[in-house]
Amino acid sequence: MARTRDESSPLFAGNAAGTLRLIVYLALAVVLMVLDHRNGWLWRLRYTASAVVEPVYRLAGLPAVGVRTMSVAFADRQRLTEQNQRLREDLLLANAKLNRMAAVAEQNQRLKELLDTQHSLELNVQLARVVGVDLGAYRYQLTLNMGARDGVRPGQPVIDAHGVMGQVKEVLPTTSVVMLITDPSHAIPVVNERTGLRTVAYGSRDGDQLSLPNIPLAAEVRAGDKLLTSGLGGRFPPGFPVGEVVSVAPAATGMFQVAQARPAADLDRSEDVLLLHDQAEPDGPPAPPTPAGPPADLAPSSASSTSGPASGNNGAAR
Amino acid sequence: MNRQRLNLWWFIGTLVFALLSMLVPLPGVLEPFKPYWPALFLLYWSLESEDRVTLGLAFAVGLAADLLNGVVLGEQALRLCALVFIALRFRSRLRFFPMWQQALAVLALLLNDRILLLIVRVLAGASLPPASWWISPFVGAALWPFLFLLLDDLRARLRIQ
Repeated sequence: MARTRDESSPLFAGNAAGTLRLIVYLALAVVLMVLDHRNGWLWRLRYTASAVVEPVYRLAGLPAVGVRTMSVAFADRQRLTEQNQRLREDLLLANAKLNRMAAVAEQNQRLKELLDTQHSLELNVQLARVVGVDLGAYRYQLTLNMGARDGVRPGQPVIDAHGVMGQVKEVLPTTSVVMLITDPSHAIPVVNERTGLRTVAYGSRDGDQLSLPNIPLAAEVRAGDKLLTSGLGGRFPPGFPVGEVVSVAPAATGMFQVAQARPAADLDRSEDVLLLHDQAEPDGPPAPPTPAGPPADLAPSSASSTSGPASGNNGAAR
Repeated sequence: MNRQRLNLWWFIGTLVFALLSMLVPLPGVLEPFKPYWPALFLLYWSLESEDRVTLGLAFAVGLAADLLNGVVLGEQALRLCALVFIALRFRSRLRFFPMWQQALAVLALLLNDRILLLIVRVLAGASLPPASWWISPFVGAALWPFLFLLLDDLRARLRIQ
């Protein structure tokens, strides 16, 4: 009863058909990836399937909520009292500052009216809560419990009590995903509060610091300098704290200085965040006016009038 | 009939549980230690019940995982297909390995999976991940014996095939 070798023995299962199927599936996956990378299907698909996807996110966020609730339930009275006391003091201090600022703000408003500028100091914000879901992009993302139905739009800045956290990247009906400023593919225009130097702060690979790789050698930057949003680019309104410079060193190329900064916002610990509603007024030159002319159907449509200059251009190019 | 249906639900339930556990975040310090749960559960089922786990199932689970948590559609489908293919190829040998050897094999599979993920992410234009990103396969391999014994024990108790 010797088994012949070609009888497919379970010890060496797998054959050409299996390999072929693997290749087909891998090719399918690669095609999907390429298509998605080009067209961003994943988010459209997620938006369509949001009725399934969002409850799953809420379900997966339950353990985080549970831990939070437990930590409050089992926190001792002493600690809660202390926390309450501290919050009261903070509120008192903040109110005192606000009262002092109110007069300044009013004065500022009057002066601005005189100067006829549009900038306003008022904040139009919306409170959102962080959903504890891991969306698989290391730790550079945050999920919020507000979405398109609450008026959230991609590109909205997100802040907390201490500074800028990031901007809304993708929106589902009742969920949105925030790209943090520490994401390596994120950049935010900043200004040094002390010297007025404008530069750009990028996220870093380690995920908890900002890096400012192109500061001119002549510029003076010290550890401890505060960075604010500069408002350039029109995405983030000016004047919000971004971070604090931790270290400055000359770059390896010797052409620039490189600074590392610590984000001002509590990126790891924030539970509630604020979505800024009024987008910053874009600084810089105004958008080019749309060319005003006669409607297209009234334009002279004879081929000779358009081919004349075109052929002349071609001739010049040759 | 009823028992068969129970078997099927148990099978689906574990996979759904794996997808959910993938979404649950850990505290910041522990974040790099999170194992890739869908891979571990699929490995278990591909070793234990060959007829249920096919490449098509791996692809479907991967697509579902991508829909829930993913950067590019098809990324996890690719990874899980490769993983399940290797596991099915060497299934009969893997099954009779002693536990520590099986854990080492799982480690190799998970490391291979991370390398695939790295290739995909780098080709998609993401930056290189920090060094702590490589801890996860080791945690997965270390958890493998416990997961395997736990699932086997549960199966025996529920008298599920």
